[in-house]
Order: sequence, then C-alpha cells, then structure tokens
Amino acid sequence: MSNRYAVGDRIRISARYAPGHVRTPFYVRGAVGHIERVLTEFLDPEREAFGINAGTETQLYRVRLDQSTLWPDYTGEPDDVLELEIYEHWLEPAPDSSHQENPS
Amino acid sequence: MTHDHAHADPHAPIEADTSSDPDYFDVMVHALQELLVDKGLIGAGEVRAMLEVVDAAEPSRGAALIARAWTDPAFKQRLLANGSAAIEEFGIDNYDGTQLIVIEQTPEVHNLVVCTLCSCYPRPVLGLPPDWYKSRPYRARAVRDPRGLLREFGTDVPPEVAIRVHDSNANMRYLIMPMRPAGSESMSEAELATLITRDTMIGVTTAKLP
Repeated sequence: MSNRYAVGDRIRISARYAPGHVRTPFYVRGAVGHIERVLTEFLDPEREAFGINAGTETQLYRVRLDQSTLWPDYTGEPDDVLELEIYEHWLEPAPDSSHQENPS
Repeated sequence: MTHDHAHADPHAPIEADTSSDPDYFDVMVHALQELLVDKGLIGAGEVRAMLEVVDAAEPSRGAALIARAWTDPAFKQRLLANGSAAIEEFGIDNYDGTQLIVIEQTPEVHNLVVCTLCSCYPRPVLGLPPDWYKSRPYRARAVRDPRGLLREFGTDVPPEVAIRVHDSNANMRYLIMPMRPAGSESMSEAELATLITRDTMIGVTTAKLP
C-alpha cells in the first residue's frame, strides 16, 4: 500500500458533481488546503452503496482548510481552520502557496 | 391516511408517538428487519441486544475517560495517540466499527465537532447525539460561523484563540478533551468527572468550574 499524499502536502479537493453516495461535502469541493494526517484505508462508500466491497479499500486523509478560503466573507479570525476526512480519489495535487496567490 | 385496517400484528406498537402513520423509511426498516429474521440471517434477539448496547452508552463514559486522562499522564498520551485502543482499557465496546480520535482543547485552539452530512457522533463513548447536533442549523453554522454559533451556546472564544472545526464526515469519530479547570487540583478522578459534560466533549462549551 502506498499513499499518494503525505502530511503537509498541499492538495485541492476535486470539484466533481457526480451523483451517488458521496462523502465529500459540497462546501469543500474545489478548496485548497493541506494533509493534516494520513489515516488508514476504508471501503469506498461510493461503491459500498451499491454493494461492492471487494477490492475497494481506499486511503483516507484528514485535510485542513483555512476558513477564509472556504468562505470569502468569513467573519472569524485568520487562524480559524476546518478539518475533515477526504478519500484519496477526491484529492488532487495543488500548486504550492507561492503560486496560489494568483487568482485567475 | 389513517392506520385503520385490521391485521394480526405480532409486534404491538410501542412507540411513544403513535398518532401518525409510519413514514417511508420506518416501513422500509421494519420490512428489512422482518425479512432478515424470516430468512434466519439474524435473530430478533440480536436486534434487541444491539439496541441495548446502543442505549447503554451515555456521556458519563466519555467523562470517565477524560477524568482519567486529566489525572494519569500516561493514559492521556495513549488516549490522544489512539482513542480506539485506549477506550478498550475501559471495556468500552466500539460497536459501530468506527475509529476514535481524541482532540485536546488548548489555550491556543478551541475545537468543535459537527457532522455536516448527517449525525456521525462518537456513540460508544457519548451515547446518542442530542437533537440539536443533528439539526440543519447546527450542521450548517458550525462550519460557516462557528464563533457566532458558540456565542449562542454561551461560549465566547477570544480572538487570540483559533477555532478548529472537525467535520465528522466519514469513518472517524471525534471526542473533545476539555481543559482541566483551575481550582480542580485537589479533586479526585470521580469528582473531576462531574465537571465534564456531554457538551464539553462536543466542544460547544468548556468544563464546569469546581
């Protein structure tokens, strides 16, 4: 088993909108953050929902996102963060922060 | 539509609210259970026993874990390193197959738990979640406006303390370890446990003062 991402890696949560039993909440799709910790493998809930369990073990990560990147009008403090669990197939490598400052 | 048709129902209704018809999901759950029992895949007694396991869990279990951690640094280390393994020391049956992460409140970071997708909650250590935890306003505002939400719970988090929201959206469950309050130095483990309420372990408030 090899994990694609390690603690501290900058990642982007995929902005995909396929229907199904998806555990990636809408409000974080497309958000950029980093890996807070690497968890273990779990059955992929998207396939488990259709009774498919064999060979669907999927790596799970805890991802940390700055609240200010999630909500442009966030009224809390700059250090406020949110953490949640994301399966590997919902993660994409993100450019490091020096590039991130250029919104297209 | 009223429930007025006569049939020989071996399962007499015992719900507190029998004034309305069962909804789609009530019917589906009962039909599925009856099929599984009829086919001999599970026994009716197993269903009853599982409900008893679920109902036996209550916040006092979590409070006992935290009180031990406050008084036993080695246990605290084990609890923070691997919550699932540490609760086994207390004989707690982690019946739902999830894994427990215990997170410590600190003077720098205030932690708060929510499940935006549904009602995921560390049931083996806290029992069933309160209704407000499952409500849409709590689930939305915990991630969108945690400071405003906490103020409504009477918890003012100062600006120099960061908020860390934990969305319990997949396989892990979260138990918050509140900070041990000042003035509790001479209290016994059992006395300390009375300071640790359900809400402190969700992160919407802090430990009671002695």
